[in-house]
Amino acid sequence: MRRIPLIGGTVLSAALVLSLAACGGDEKGGTEGGTSAGALRGRGPITFVTGKDRSGYLQKQIDNWNTEHPKEQVRIIELPDEPNDQRQQMIQNATTRSDAYSVLNLDVVWTAEFAANRWLAELPKDQIDLSKMLPATITTGQYRNRLFAVPSTSDAGMLYYRKDLLDKAGISTPPKTYAEMWDACDKVAKLPEGKGLDCWFTEVNKTESLTISAVEAIESHGGSIVGPDGRPALNTPQAKAGLEFLAKAKAERMPKEAVTLDTEGGRRHFQSGKLLFQRQWPYQYALANSGDGSSKVAGRFAVAPLPGPTGPGVANLGGHNLAISAFAKNKATSLDFIRYLTGEQSQRANLLATSQAPTVAALYDDPEMVKRFPYLPVLKAAIGNARPRPVAVKYGDVTAAIQGSVYDAVTGKTPVDRALSDLQAKLTPLTAQ
Amino acid sequence: MTETRTREVPPTAKAAGGTRGAKRDAQGTRRLAALLLSPTLLVLALVIGYPVLAGFRESLFTRGETLDADGFVVEGERFTGLDNYTAIFSGDRADAFWNAFGNTSFFTVTTVVLETVIGVAMALIMHQAFRGRALVRASILVPWAIPTAISGLLWKWIFQADGAANAVLRQQILWTADGFPAKMAVVIAEVWKTSPFIGLLVLAGLQMIPRDVYEAARVDGASAFQQFRHITLPLVKPALLVAVLFRMLDALRMFDLPAVLIGVNQKSVETLTMIAWFEASNLRYGSAAAYATILFLYIALIAYLFVKLLGADIIGEARQVKRRARKVTA
Repeated sequence: MRRIPLIGGTVLSAALVLSLAACGGDEKGGTEGGTSAGALRGRGPITFVTGKDRSGYLQKQIDNWNTEHPKEQVRIIELPDEPNDQRQQMIQNATTRSDAYSVLNLDVVWTAEFAANRWLAELPKDQIDLSKMLPATITTGQYRNRLFAVPSTSDAGMLYYRKDLLDKAGISTPPKTYAEMWDACDKVAKLPEGKGLDCWFTEVNKTESLTISAVEAIESHGGSIVGPDGRPALNTPQAKAGLEFLAKAKAERMPKEAVTLDTEGGRRHFQSGKLLFQRQWPYQYALANSGDGSSKVAGRFAVAPLPGPTGPGVANLGGHNLAISAFAKNKATSLDFIRYLTGEQSQRANLLATSQAPTVAALYDDPEMVKRFPYLPVLKAAIGNARPRPVAVKYGDVTAAIQGSVYDAVTGKTPVDRALSDLQAKLTPLTAQ
Repeated sequence: MTETRTREVPPTAKAAGGTRGAKRDAQGTRRLAALLLSPTLLVLALVIGYPVLAGFRESLFTRGETLDADGFVVEGERFTGLDNYTAIFSGDRADAFWNAFGNTSFFTVTTVVLETVIGVAMALIMHQAFRGRALVRASILVPWAIPTAISGLLWKWIFQADGAANAVLRQQILWTADGFPAKMAVVIAEVWKTSPFIGLLVLAGLQMIPRDVYEAARVDGASAFQQFRHITLPLVKPALLVAVLFRMLDALRMFDLPAVLIGVNQKSVETLTMIAWFEASNLRYGSAAAYATILFLYIALIAYLFVKLLGADIIGEARQVKRRARKVTA
């Protein structure tokens, strides 16, 4: 077993690793990894690099793998909780060409940047069964039609609504359009329980969440921030309608403190019973339903697909993909491990243990799963209809630009028209190819 | 070092018994001094000189800015001269730069002024002899002992829309949203956190002042304010100036508090270090190094002006030693 001590990605260890890799000779060297598929060779111990595992279940899955593959042991490397810190560490590891990281757990929006920088090994499409997965999730693992990552978990926003209040107001089905939603708000506001109740909330604080809210608003109106040709498309009437909707909704329908509420802040607001409609991720379902007294709305809410201007809206795609570092040894083992973790069996077990949304389509229709997680059919519809965030190599700059302009528009600092033209001007050089 | 060398010279010169020999020996001593100093200088060059120069060199290069036909980043760095610097001062980026420059300066001035006033007050209280003094001293120092990131989180909860600050003020101020209240939130948290630092250094200065000076003043009929104005302040000034200088240099580099309390990429609290960090985290190391170099020069300028104008005597002891040494040789 050729095992190299891990010195956390310093230049020294990188140099050491490179020289040893050259001696070993079973690897063609790092630079090629990113460009040629089918060169995934080498078996032996690997590492799985992921964010903090709060459930504690991941280790069990790894233990199962390790008992079956005594010569190809997997070790977990846990990175910090913050996505940006995870990205930072993975980039550091890649720029020093260290082989310390083998399989990377990537946020869906990082694929383009990592692939374009040749930090990922291209994956052979013919050796991975993607047919069982939701098609929307597969696109997030691709860059320029090449596969670089396999979707392992997915995520999409849903509309959480207070079923008890809608029932009281005589509304039997959740709203499918914004107009219906506002109408329901007005009706509920007339009830005695409607006093002090906020109508709707989607995140508008200046973080990645704002980018997601903006993409959802604009795409629900038929526009897009970065068009299919990879160029910004904010000079369209659809984009204008989308951003105008978001700004107006923020001013008229959202809680006063909306700009300070993050994902958890939104959850607290909903759970305290002060919110009628909310765009939120699936993770809230179990927490808001918990009977330990932390939630005042347990058993009193339900979920539905996001509404849109004339019909169902377009949700945004979250989730994580698994990829192989271009500088890793034992890429064949890494590929097997990715197949194992993204396989139906593992995903099923993972869903049961952590309630993370799977990417295997069949699990959403499995009666046993639906019984445990009643929101699965709604989530499947949401993911089926969902779109990824703008695909850009310079995603960090793109999302910062979107957040800046959209925030100014939503808080009324700049008119929508100017915010859009500013953003178009900022994104044009960032997405130029 | 200077002292030992100059003192050693006369006896050796006498022993050699001649001007030529004396010169040779003086040279030899100097060489020996250089030799003995060289490890220190080497370490300094390695840990200070090299990073500064490497950072400056990095700021003259760009990399990874273009994609090839297959969508891969073109590898290798390219010498671009001062392009990274000129880019900072043109177009949108100039607005962002001057905004961050303004924020950095604003935070430095407001927090250091407030901290100085509060810190001196704290020191005067800590200096008094009263029951429970140890308890007061310890509790004043608590904020300084809490890691900045943690106090950032604490203040974030306080400044939440439904947090303690709004409850106490009976207001609905959106502190943590991008805007002017966010600036205030950072100033308040920073002052809370670092006033004890100034308090501590000033207290050390106060304890150096002999009691009998005050006794004499009291005999002369000086009021409490006069004593503070004419005895305490002048005598504590050296310690105070050093404390203020340290705080200024620290405040100019402010990063963690606004980043944790309000977040990155927020116009109202973005400082120069935060821009440099943002550039680096988006793989533009050259540009990040350029921002860092500009900040470095700005800090150096402020420190120089401060020392020149107010006469903060950081290297005072060294100067005194030199003066004494000169007297000895004379």
